Amino acid sequence: MYDGIQAESIKLAGHGGDQIEAYLARPLGPGPYPGVVVIHHMPGYDAPTKEITRTFAVHGYAAVCPNLYWREAPGADPDDAAATARAAGGVPDDRLLGDVAGAAAFLRGLTYANGKVGVIGYCSGGRQSFLAACSLDLDAAVDCYGAFVSGKVPEGLGIQVRPILDLAPQMSCPLLGLFGQEDKYPTPDEVDELEAALKDAGKTYEFHRYEGAGHAFFSVNRPSYRVEAAVDGWQRIWAHFGEYLKA
Amino acid sequence: MCTYQTERIDVQGSGKGAAGWFALRHAQVYFDHPVHARDEHTVNIDFLDPAGGPAARVAVELGRESAAELARAILHTLESTPDV
Repeated sequence: MYDGIQAESIKLAGHGGDQIEAYLARPLGPGPYPGVVVIHHMPGYDAPTKEITRTFAVHGYAAVCPNLYWREAPGADPDDAAATARAAGGVPDDRLLGDVAGAAAFLRGLTYANGKVGVIGYCSGGRQSFLAACSLDLDAAVDCYGAFVSGKVPEGLGIQVRPILDLAPQMSCPLLGLFGQEDKYPTPDEVDELEAALKDAGKTYEFHRYEGAGHAFFSVNRPSYRVEAAVDGWQRIWAHFGEYLKA
Repeated sequence: MCTYQTERIDVQGSGKGAAGWFALRHAQVYFDHPVHARDEHTVNIDFLDPAGGPAARVAVELGRESAAELARAILHTLESTPDV
């Protein structure tokens, strides 16, 4: 089977029609291919996130990762951009949704698209993935250890974020949740709270909780990386997106 | 974990970044994943001048003990020098 991919920085129309940077990775075969919007973690639109985006292309998905910090820091180093975005109070939810909606529309418009689009996010992107699944018309979603979906936000946090558990009844697609049992953001209790809300709302979901793993266990360049959790997590992702995006 | 917890203050002074010296306007302190340090979490401090763009930043990532020692050293310096 031909396994060539192409990956490059592009511009796409995000929230409000703004042209924002994004990283597109796609298989070079004729398709049709499903699409995946990759939401980067709080440390930003960095090299490991681009590697994740390319991994989706290797597995037969057209994947695009919008640079959520483009407006505050166009062309900046990822760490400087993340610091700038943090100083500005983080990414507003409505802008995030506009950017994900723009990325999803971009993927659906590709000539080799199969019409289905999923979303996956890591860290702060995990919460944003759930937010997108509850606010946009999508076909599948993955939340990788997103904090502040449930629970309470401490006072004086300095970042604009609110719990969004109340959105669970609006979730438009099946959700895969991948969490570390040693994580404090979110805690195992907060993951349980999210699961209960999804169950009560009659939603399709599948959660996996990994012992010995905390936050950011997918991050291959950080001490938080946990190989067993990450390897199993990737298998769960292929199964989830395979069922809901490729079928 | 990404704690999100961020303290922000206005500061007056100067810092030296990749492009040389610049005036500092703000600082932010947060406990989160480092970019470079080999710890899972560090106390991260950014000294910033937003007018100079994202690269106008002096950044440090310190282990908890180091951050506490730095805070003690700063306070000791202030307490042991005359207010001029």
